[in-house]
Amino acid sequence: MSKNTLDITDIKNWDWRKHPRGAVIQEPGTAKQFKTGGWRSARPLWDKGKCTQCLLCFMFCPDSAIKTKDEKIASFDYDFCKGCGICAYECPRDAITMVDEAEARRRDEIKEGGA
Amino acid sequence: MVMSKNKLQKTVAVVGTDAVAEAMRQINPDVVAAYPITPQTAIVETFAQMVADGQVHTHYVPVESEHSAMSAAIGAAAAGARVMTATASQGLALMWELLYIASGLRLPIIMPNVNRALSAPINIHCDHGDSMGARDSGWIQLFSENAQEAYDNTLQAVRIAEHKDVLLPVMVLLDGFIISHAVDRMELLDDATAKQFVGTYKPDVSLLDAARPVTYGAFDGLYGYYFEFKRQQEEAMRRALEVIREVGREFGAISGRPYGLFESVGLEDAEFVIVALGSAAGTIRSEVECLRDNGMPIGMIKLRVFRPFPAAELVAALAGKKAVAVFDRSDTFAGNMGGPVFIELRSALYETAEKPIMVNYIYGLGGRDLSVDLVNKACNELAWIAQSGQVKQRVNYLGLKE
Repeated sequence: MSKNTLDITDIKNWDWRKHPRGAVIQEPGTAKQFKTGGWRSARPLWDKGKCTQCLLCFMFCPDSAIKTKDEKIASFDYDFCKGCGICAYECPRDAITMVDEAEARRRDEIKEGGA
Repeated sequence: MVMSKNKLQKTVAVVGTDAVAEAMRQINPDVVAAYPITPQTAIVETFAQMVADGQVHTHYVPVESEHSAMSAAIGAAAAGARVMTATASQGLALMWELLYIASGLRLPIIMPNVNRALSAPINIHCDHGDSMGARDSGWIQLFSENAQEAYDNTLQAVRIAEHKDVLLPVMVLLDGFIISHAVDRMELLDDATAKQFVGTYKPDVSLLDAARPVTYGAFDGLYGYYFEFKRQQEEAMRRALEVIREVGREFGAISGRPYGLFESVGLEDAEFVIVALGSAAGTIRSEVECLRDNGMPIGMIKLRVFRPFPAAELVAALAGKKAVAVFDRSDTFAGNMGGPVFIELRSALYETAEKPIMVNYIYGLGGRDLSVDLVNKACNELAWIAQSGQVKQRVNYLGLKE
């Protein structure tokens, strides 16, 4: 995908004059710059040991937030995962568990603090 | 007889709906999506015949409702087409949510609206309640006094809507039956001149441009920039005032009929003034000129552009006047606040040092006739108000049975 010409990383601080007329999105692919992971209230945790690499979660994810490498699940992209839980629901091996996002963040902070 | 400056112009006797259909034929829009409703029906019926007869190259979409008409118009306009539709009354009401989408997406759709009262009780005749309800929908609104102005406004609307400083939809308003169904003498531009005047529409983006894909109507995000986009719309409305004047001047050069934001009678020496819009202006002008001949220091303003509201220009025109009577063909039901033109003009005059006394005459609801006698009554009351400095009643219902 070609790189976007319109840089929207600072869009929160734009003057009203800077926005494109009529809220028309002037080029494709800008959603990549617009991180929606902050909407999440539940976080999917992936247990690599239980996973059989059936890729159902990858196919069902509505936000393309499950990343693959060499036809295998590689990681969950928390910048875009909205925490809908479809992956956990579809997983035939219960390898994905939804946990409370706030709880998960607190644990992350403790881990970072201890490191 | 008034001779046209443009010898190619043809003098005809037509009803207002034919005048608008003729303008549409000359504009030759890419897409027209419309649903018939009295008293607009004859516009789209006549235009559909033109499409069937191959007189235009328009793609005509006979939709199943006005909601669909405006939806189709929005889709086609987003695709980069020059689009028109037409409606009236309940039809305009059914378009409601789409009116805001058309203006919010900044699509230059042109829509003649034949002013008709809104139900209930059901009524097919003229008042301005339909389009006044849409005054805050972000559409430019041009009022017409007669078939000539309905035709002229329709042609000019294209240039105003598509101007790069504006890019807003435009409503051309003509009074139901009084203009739409009465035969009027008027002049038509020759096709070549009209075609040259409206020019071709070159949208800067198009949904169908595969080489440059764009998205219309996306969710504006949880952070929310809705506020910023609304401010942009307001800015376009402000800029539209100058564009409307510029287009009106240019139209004058080709037709001999220049247009401004409003026109006036006797403002140079009038002590009190009547402000009106639509077909009533003809009746009022006739009476005002008669009274002036008899020595009454009265004047009038016929407001052509209601959106954007030419506040500064009206304030300047009314500077030093003792009293102003605003004629409104709709009510706001705000509890004795008066009609929309009255409320807005009164608000515009608030900052002036010497405010004129203001009174409101609500008239003609549901097509109630505005006779010369009624206008005469209001003129004499206004003369008394200006002289005595007293107002017995701020909001008056002219022609109401009481």
